[in-house]
Amino acid sequence: MSETESAELETFRSETRAWLEANCPPEMRKPATSDGDVFWGGRNAKFSSEPQRIWFERMRDKGWTVPDWPREYGGGGLSAAEHKVLRAEMARMGARPPLSSFGIWMLGPALLKYGNDAQKKEHLPKIAAGEIRWCQGYSEPNAGSDLASLQTRAESDGDDFIINGQKIWTSYANYADWIFCLVRTDPTAKKHDGISFILFDMTSKGVSTKPILLISGYSPFCETFFDNVRVPKSHVVGTINRGWDVAKYLLQHERAMISGMGERGVGRPLGQIAADSVGTDALGRLDDAMLRGKIANFDVDEAALAACAERAVDLAKAGQAHPAFSSAMKYYGTELNKRRYEILMSAGGVDALEWESERSKQGARPRAWLRTKANSIEGGTSEVMLGIVAKRILDLPGA
Amino acid sequence: MALVLTEEQSMLRDSARGLISDKAPVSHLRHLRDSKDPTGFSKELWHAFAEMGFAGLLVPEEFGGSGLGYVEAGVVMEEIGRTLMPSPFLATSVVAASALSRGGNAAQKSEYLPKVSNGSLLATLAIDEGAKHRPLQTSLQAVRAGNGFKLSGAKALVVDGHVADLLIVAARTAGSPGEREGLTLFLVSPRAKGVAIERTIMVDAHNAARIEFANVEVNADSVLGEVDQGGALLDGVLDIGRGAVAAEMVGLSDEVFNRTVEYLKSRKQFGKLIGEFQALQHRAAELYVDIEITRAATMKALQALDADVAKAALGVAVAKARAGTTATRAVQEGVQMHGGMGMTDQFDIGFFMKRARVCEELFGDANYHTEQLARAREY
Repeated sequence: MSETESAELETFRSETRAWLEANCPPEMRKPATSDGDVFWGGRNAKFSSEPQRIWFERMRDKGWTVPDWPREYGGGGLSAAEHKVLRAEMARMGARPPLSSFGIWMLGPALLKYGNDAQKKEHLPKIAAGEIRWCQGYSEPNAGSDLASLQTRAESDGDDFIINGQKIWTSYANYADWIFCLVRTDPTAKKHDGISFILFDMTSKGVSTKPILLISGYSPFCETFFDNVRVPKSHVVGTINRGWDVAKYLLQHERAMISGMGERGVGRPLGQIAADSVGTDALGRLDDAMLRGKIANFDVDEAALAACAERAVDLAKAGQAHPAFSSAMKYYGTELNKRRYEILMSAGGVDALEWESERSKQGARPRAWLRTKANSIEGGTSEVMLGIVAKRILDLPGA
Repeated sequence: MALVLTEEQSMLRDSARGLISDKAPVSHLRHLRDSKDPTGFSKELWHAFAEMGFAGLLVPEEFGGSGLGYVEAGVVMEEIGRTLMPSPFLATSVVAASALSRGGNAAQKSEYLPKVSNGSLLATLAIDEGAKHRPLQTSLQAVRAGNGFKLSGAKALVVDGHVADLLIVAARTAGSPGEREGLTLFLVSPRAKGVAIERTIMVDAHNAARIEFANVEVNADSVLGEVDQGGALLDGVLDIGRGAVAAEMVGLSDEVFNRTVEYLKSRKQFGKLIGEFQALQHRAAELYVDIEITRAATMKALQALDADVAKAALGVAVAKARAGTTATRAVQEGVQMHGGMGMTDQFDIGFFMKRARVCEELFGDANYHTEQLARAREY
């Protein structure tokens, strides 16, 4: 980086810091602790508080719900270096993301790469502005880890497709406005070659959803049914029957997103949280040497993973990243997040067992603990990730 | 600072790799071991190293060095880790050179640093006294006597202690073992009266010595830094050494791993390549992730050292802790996946297991550094 560039970046940093200090309400500078703390946007979106609304609107107006997207699509037009600065400054003050959205994390990057002009102009600005909430129609009852064996079929009818079938584990399908969906458009082709990637409105005739109650007591996932849903062929992203390319590209973003879910970077160290319930000895150390050791090991691994996540971004920028590296990160990040919650449960003792009480915020900790168990399943299981690393990165033989 | 090597650093890596893999493959270490070489490394190779500017890599240009940084030192250490080349690079060019550059006065720097740069002077840090790395437990006494000090005590595992021309000795001028105050670093000639050096042949066939000091007289000019205030200087120098050893462990882990993956692709059992077995594929993939994470943590630590040694301690602790755990796993998996062949002396893989064990102990093992992190985070 030249001196001019680095000076410009430092100017950007001080301006960004000043703007965030002036515009991020104090209530939005704490880690999210419940679902209500997260704003997902959409046609029926409601803000849980005034500060949440203010924070979202100010960030949206600046294009910073999607800071690195082009300005013409509602983004902030930031360079990769500027985006890194913005993220660092937000982390420094503990600022929450103003908008959480599968549109931002997953569909947006895929549309930017594979969408045509009309699709980009139609959908990207609405994602950036949080107007349309998206869900993902990938998994099916018999096509989870073996995603490419999906059976939902789209049959040609003039300018339209008629879609029939069932999806499962469709996150927040019951709140979503639109779906990005994998469908089989050529049942005679080889398994990866007959799939298309298509977008449609969840209010279309023939679409229905049913929430699935999980061990956490929540229903973030749904079963989703398609009964003769009519969708124009112009809604296919990329080439018909070549949807697997789009799907794979999008999965990389999904995996990167899931691997980052455990990263907090703000809030108190795990060891200090544990001290609340475990207590400390005369030297101020956790009064449970084994637990203290586990936490310290966890902290080392978490810090190392954070360095690796940072390096992954730098490698991508330098054009040296392996396309399957997100699988490695997804594997480690999700396993680590499960470890975090095992430690939190162990540290909390009986207090962490409360399922329903004001004091426990309706069992926030045990519910979050149970939720993490899905991390190493959703978006590709840990075993699938290891298989991808073994075959695509290490080039080991076999199927 | 991006966590990828710059073009210049990649070129440095390539030239180090070229020289080391050509002149000092693992067979080089094997030969030195089997011939019970009294030096334990090749002086000829060390001079070639010096001619290429590696010996003085961290030495400022005004003293004849290359004036490069800790990331560059790590680049060379990683290559050393790949072939396990025994060399004075760690003790002399990284640790001692840093101690002299950071703590030395003008006279000390101009006397020693040019000789470090041209490869003519070997130096080392004598720190630990017990079985485990505990720098604050230093009890070797330095009492004032006349114009100088008298040193009494003993040091264990002094890397290259049997060939060093200069010993940098951590001693206690005040306070009690366990305290940070009262530590002082001294420059001591191994030929001074009262110094007794015993070379210890270590498990990995690298070089170290036990050294006893019996009323060794040194004058006031041999103090490195300030009397009683050596703690901070020592912290910085040790962190630099830890970052370098972490890089060596990344290199050896990566090399063991590459050899193991190649073996998985060529060895047949039950009528199949063993790399086809999912049980082994998943273990190999896990190890790959471990190594990548450790590599990133180590680069981050070395960059932090380059930015400010005094602020790098946490990053270094993370890197050394991770490197120890990962290297241990890498060599264990390497031996296990090579089956019975991995247990033979004829096969190189055991050399990596032995070196990993030594690197783990050098400057604090994974437990030591994990504890440092816990203390820093106050729990």
